[in-house]
Amino acid sequence: MWKKSIVFAVLFLSIALMYACSKNEDGVEPEEKKITFSVPSNFPAPVYNFEENKLSNAGFALGKKLFYEARLSADKSVSCGSCHQQFAAFANLDHKVSHGVNNCQGKRNAPPLFNLAWQKAFFWDGGVKNIETSPLNAITDACEMGTNIETIIAFLKSTAPYPEMFKQAFGSTEINSQVILKSLTQFTAVLVSGNSKYDKVMRKENGISFTTDEQAGYTLFKAKCTSCHAEPFFTDLSYRNNGLDLVSADEGRSHITGVQTDFGKFRVPSLRNIEYTSPYMHDGRFYSLDEVLDHYSSGVKASENLDPSLKNGIQLNNSERTQIKAFLKTLTDNEFIKNTIYGES
Amino acid sequence: MKLLQYLLALICPIILLSSCKKSDNEIAVDTKSSFTIEFEHQVNGAELALNTTTYKNAKGEDFKINVFKYYVSNIKLSKADGTTYLVPDGYYLIDESKPTSKLITINDVPTGDYTKIEYTIGVDYARNFAGAQTGALDPINGMFWTWNSGYIFVKLEGTSPQSTATNNTLTFHIGGVVDPNNTIRTFSAEINSANPLRVRSDGKPDMHFIVNAASLFTGTTDVSFATLNFTMGGANSVIVANNYTKGLFRLDHIHN
Repeated sequence: MWKKSIVFAVLFLSIALMYACSKNEDGVEPEEKKITFSVPSNFPAPVYNFEENKLSNAGFALGKKLFYEARLSADKSVSCGSCHQQFAAFANLDHKVSHGVNNCQGKRNAPPLFNLAWQKAFFWDGGVKNIETSPLNAITDACEMGTNIETIIAFLKSTAPYPEMFKQAFGSTEINSQVILKSLTQFTAVLVSGNSKYDKVMRKENGISFTTDEQAGYTLFKAKCTSCHAEPFFTDLSYRNNGLDLVSADEGRSHITGVQTDFGKFRVPSLRNIEYTSPYMHDGRFYSLDEVLDHYSSGVKASENLDPSLKNGIQLNNSERTQIKAFLKTLTDNEFIKNTIYGES
Repeated sequence: MKLLQYLLALICPIILLSSCKKSDNEIAVDTKSSFTIEFEHQVNGAELALNTTTYKNAKGEDFKINVFKYYVSNIKLSKADGTTYLVPDGYYLIDESKPTSKLITINDVPTGDYTKIEYTIGVDYARNFAGAQTGALDPINGMFWTWNSGYIFVKLEGTSPQSTATNNTLTFHIGGVVDPNNTIRTFSAEINSANPLRVRSDGKPDMHFIVNAASLFTGTTDVSFATLNFTMGGANSVIVANNYTKGLFRLDHIHN
């Protein structure tokens, strides 16, 4: 008898709870699938962990809408997504440098956006130290979105469905810089690329293995490239000069540190999805992987702060070059690039 | 029946625990109160007036001030017996153009006699990198660098006929937390033990500080606007920070 009544009580309570929960979800349609931040098993622990910014479908949906909202820019022509295109792994296809408001050309190549939750610093010079404050740079740069946070707040406050979306995401229609930045982060930090062929081989998934060329390329890569392009992110996130110019036109890292030995240094970029992130280098000077490999084999200039590991360049014969390129293409993550959850909807 | 026994076993400790709590409350005698700090802005003894009045730096060069604002944070009070109280989550942006910002209220301070006050001129290292903030630390206040993230600790803008910058402007944005250009500075003042800061449940004292904007340009290195009229972090900001560490704040008096 006792047991039976307990079962009934529990059942009744669960139904009541479920009813209460479903009530809260009225209003703006949430994304159908629960948005999660998942750490691939071959990745270390992330730097950003959503502890102070609880991830929700509503927060993600708002962040994504803001990311693709061109009306935030000074002339309503440029959104984050303009220079960070999903089909280019959120880099900017065919643009050497980013193309901002009023047709202004920026000075650096828009980097791809993925695995940002593992980065401690952002931008080519590492000037920004927290993913949450990264968008402020693009928002205020005269050559990117050319606006300011006050103008954006005023726009969002007076434009449906934003106040309602903020309420869904953060529990209040109050809109300030903090909730704008936190919602954008709920979108950008969730962009995880860890399902390339390389990852699946490393995780020994479904018996997937490298071809002979890919395997030879991987062996070569580990011998010649990983001292900078370290696994699993294919960057060690350090700042180095790779001898593009005798004297760099862009001061790079020293703009942030004020240290002369950092002049002309830029963050080592990830090689993940490199098949789709052309053009390459901080100023987008190379359009193809062959041009990049040509640079390392014969184009490295003896600039003042040249990385010691590149003093003699990196020579590859023709078959090695084919193998390296075959390996680099295993870093393409089509599940990421084609994931409709990240697309403008 | 068994269930009843379990329930009893569960309830007894709860009752015991809650009874413990009660006696704790009775023992607690901590009382808290508040005090205020007033920042009076001056330039070498004269009242600071934005945009209009001409002042002289230590080199005898004329200048006017259009913007003067700064952060005070991590306020720490000490008693004569060495015990201290750190004001939690306390970040204050004092702005000459916003008179109400020049009077701050510190709440929930344990009552007692305090004989020393210390605070950070600027924002501590961790908060510079802590992500999106609100209140005094909201980037909307124009005290946050977007390209090299971190807070501007002290901002003074103005003009001087000696400045070689376009329109003779002066731009002193002092900040940066990484060596060798770390500009985090701490101010401390001993309080006369004959008239300590007496925080009482029925008495809310007021501390009055004189803030000398001209201290940015003298103290360790006399600044000439002909050679230094623009800094946004870096080595020149360190020169200015080393100057104002010495003379920006002076505890003038306390009303108990």
